[in-house]
Amino acid sequence: MVEKRPLLDFITHAVLIVGALVIAFPLYVTFVASTLSLEEIMTVPMPLLPGGHFIENYSQVLLGGSTTGSKAAVLDMLINSTVMALAVPLGKTTISILSSFAIVYFRFPLRNFFFWMIFVTLMLPVEVRIIPTFKVMADLGLLNTYAGLTLPLIASATATFLFRQFFMTIPDELAEAARIDGAGPMRFFWDVVLPLSKTTMAALFVIQFIYGWNQYLWPLLITSDESMYTVVIGIKRMIVGGDSANEWNLIMATAMLAMLPPAAVVLLMQKWFVKGLVETEK
Amino acid sequence: MRFKALTATLFAAGLLGSATAQAQTEIQWWHSMGGALGEALNGLATKFNASQQEYKVVPVYKGQYPESMTAAIAAFRAGNAPHILQVFEVGTATMMAAKGAIVPVAKVMTDAKEPFDPKAYLPTVAGYYSDIQGNMLSLPFNSSTALFYIDRNKFKAAGLPPVPPKTWKELISVAEKLKAAGQDCVYTSGWPAWVHVENFSAWHNVPIGTKQNGMGGVDTEFKINSPLHVRHVTMLGDMVKKGLFTYAGRTNQADSKFQSGECAMATISAGALAGTIKAGKTDWELSFLPYHDDVKGAPQNSIIGGASLWVMGGKKPAEYKGVAKFLSFLSQPEIQMEWHTTTGYVPITKAAYELTRKSGFYDKNPGRDMAVRQLTLNAPTENSKGLRFGNYVQGREVIEEEMEAVFAGKKDAKTAMNDAVTRGNLILRKFQAANK
Amino acid sequence: MEKRVVFRSAWLPYLLLAPQLAITIVFFFWPAGQAVWYSFQLQDAFGLHSEFVGFDNFTALFKDPHYLESFKTTAVFSVSVAGLGIAISLLLATMADRVVRGALAYKTVLIWPYAVAAAVAGVLWAFMFAPSIGIVTYVLKGLGVDWNWIIKGDQAMLLIIIASVWKQISYNFLFFLAGLQSIPKSLIEAAAIDGAGPARRFWTIVLPLLSPTAFFLLVVNIVYAFFETFGVIDATTQGGPAQATQILVYKVYHDGVKSADIGGSSAQSVILMIIVIALTVVQFRFIERKVQY
Repeated sequence: MVEKRPLLDFITHAVLIVGALVIAFPLYVTFVASTLSLEEIMTVPMPLLPGGHFIENYSQVLLGGSTTGSKAAVLDMLINSTVMALAVPLGKTTISILSSFAIVYFRFPLRNFFFWMIFVTLMLPVEVRIIPTFKVMADLGLLNTYAGLTLPLIASATATFLFRQFFMTIPDELAEAARIDGAGPMRFFWDVVLPLSKTTMAALFVIQFIYGWNQYLWPLLITSDESMYTVVIGIKRMIVGGDSANEWNLIMATAMLAMLPPAAVVLLMQKWFVKGLVETEK
Repeated sequence: MRFKALTATLFAAGLLGSATAQAQTEIQWWHSMGGALGEALNGLATKFNASQQEYKVVPVYKGQYPESMTAAIAAFRAGNAPHILQVFEVGTATMMAAKGAIVPVAKVMTDAKEPFDPKAYLPTVAGYYSDIQGNMLSLPFNSSTALFYIDRNKFKAAGLPPVPPKTWKELISVAEKLKAAGQDCVYTSGWPAWVHVENFSAWHNVPIGTKQNGMGGVDTEFKINSPLHVRHVTMLGDMVKKGLFTYAGRTNQADSKFQSGECAMATISAGALAGTIKAGKTDWELSFLPYHDDVKGAPQNSIIGGASLWVMGGKKPAEYKGVAKFLSFLSQPEIQMEWHTTTGYVPITKAAYELTRKSGFYDKNPGRDMAVRQLTLNAPTENSKGLRFGNYVQGREVIEEEMEAVFAGKKDAKTAMNDAVTRGNLILRKFQAANK
Repeated sequence: MEKRVVFRSAWLPYLLLAPQLAITIVFFFWPAGQAVWYSFQLQDAFGLHSEFVGFDNFTALFKDPHYLESFKTTAVFSVSVAGLGIAISLLLATMADRVVRGALAYKTVLIWPYAVAAAVAGVLWAFMFAPSIGIVTYVLKGLGVDWNWIIKGDQAMLLIIIASVWKQISYNFLFFLAGLQSIPKSLIEAAAIDGAGPARRFWTIVLPLLSPTAFFLLVVNIVYAFFETFGVIDATTQGGPAQATQILVYKVYHDGVKSADIGGSSAQSVILMIIVIALTVVQFRFIERKVQY
């Protein structure tokens, strides 16, 4: 602190507390609603203290889904979400670390062309090419499969860029030393590049885990089979009608379950998360 | 290489996810029945599955009507459509035009040598789902019509006689009194286009579109900007402004508003009765839709809504046999009666109607034959036997958007209905071009 | 920038690139090509027959006032989301940069929304603002506000803006905080010695130094509002009422998936691709400049 200003300190904390409360309020309401009975939620205004239906609501959604909308069990959805949230970062890291290694450490014909091919994908988010991508998935028979859920999402230029940028910072001396020792490129990759990339990989993992877990449009399109729903889709499928027709207690319990794993990852791996976020976007 | 192992695992996992082995022949049935209706529907499937060993009908809730239809279209394009698809009435023209995608119900039944008589169905219902030659293309399942519900408790609380108003004029005067007595939501309505344009037109015997509301050909045009339509929408807009009409949304959101006891009056589907009874929060009474008493020929008869079951193409013969068996099962008078009495949907065969009447159900439950009576109030005219517009899922949405603009006070009713016609006709032309 | 030391192999780099390229071609180039191809066609819903119609889909789009309206909606929405999101997070980050006590607690709460899926964020806010049972609606009604976003377009727009900003605050906050922490303390101290108060220091030193971050966030936030808010909208307003919240991406989805108008939707995709390419070029030029710093 440059100088002491009690009033300013007070304002600072006041702003932060108000900000934190406003940000946290929806999360709190969600938690409270997930512990109430439907009748309690329907009373206007709904109570703002947790109720006694925690176990009841959570066991209902985990094992049996909602009773009026989709009946798919949220437990299965959580498994699907986990598969997706793990496969996306693993796949992405694998293919992009290899391709950026090729681009940085080799000179070969068409190198720039390939680089641009990858770069261009930055410009085409899945949202703008949903219909044809869906068609392609259908042609390949990948609807309602884990491969279909994840493969289109693991190609992305951001990870390739991140690794490329990081490889540029690896001192040339290391590669030179490896060459003098007679080590081939793959030896160098395994023994030097990979260990050095650990933090970058961890950072990427956190970001991509959340990205994979929170996917919405893509799973919405290609999962028509209830057993393949991810938990985010499951919530949407539980919403059947107007305000009062929805089993809000169950929807909110599912929302809590959908939020916790990525939140846990973010909070537990905060350091890498921040690093990953700030670096991927550079 | 590591990535190879990884992709291999991914693929293997994918294959495991999609493979299903079943001893019985499974029949996928995609539907849009949530809540109490969904329970009744699952009940039908369970009953059928228990009645025989060979086939297993698997009902899957795919979201609301438009969602399950688009899901099925996408699935068809991808080659994995369900066997049976519940399609709402406005999707009829689109399904009919998709000759390669569907198998006419009449053909499914003949091929499987299941007895089937289209004449057994109520004519207003069967006509809606048959082609010009009279072949039934889909099986009517949950047919309803829009009805007028009131909650007598609310009337009594406001010191009003608990009698449903008959005309819109009466409705407005009752609404004002309810509002004055502190009732927050006085009147609500589901399905704005279905209730206030489609049923409204039939009920007042005015056309929705040319060519017998599109039944006579795809070169049809909308006629919903007539003075009467404009007048009605203007009236609704004024009601919103005065707080006499609480708009709830484009589909069945109003059902729960009435069922939960929030609103005193509602124009919603006859099928909402199941949920109304299950909720048990209202002293409900059903009656005919209100009408404008200065319009000649009103009330005429209302038209159906709800959905029918379409059989999708590209399946194995054995599966079609199962489908046919299931459809026969659904057509039995006893099953029909059960569905009708538990849900409030219309009994769609004459036999089921007779059976229900003879059972004394209507004597014990006055008002429960209201939907059938309203549908058959008069012999249907060209304006009131139904409608068939291509891409009407989109067309109806356009009408709803324009109505919403009026309710939001953004447009006057005349401009909105003119815009609805212009935009709606563009959609009709596109359909005509794509289905030459 | 190029590496001085490189390896040589006639086949290895291609092999290393193969998986990435295969996926890029199959899931990017092929579908994008098809989108372009479909945009010149008229198809029925089930894809049973199709016909080449040239630029008909495009001309129809630009004659459709609702498509043009959708551009306006998108602009209002993305500018609001980016503007509000950046302003609020800048305020919070500046404050958080000042505090020592409780910094971790504040930070933890403020980054939580990043972990929430857009669709879930939509559901949460829709629930709190639900016209008849929402807790916020209850408060608003008490204040005399007639809150019903089911019918009121501007309220629906407000709802999706709030939900989208809420979700994006964490991201902006972290970037601003990183930016603030990289400003040399000596600069601030020097200004303080010269007698500049905190407000003056913020405007004359901090803000100019943060402007590259702010500009970067502006682009990112606009891209976010363009595409990643799909879940928020689909879980709440679904583009309604009367298309008041139908942003371009939602319209592509709506027309293509819900209305099964493949040609029209693909034409919109093509237009959207052009917009994204333009945005990316802006972003890329900026990144290049930043790298040279």
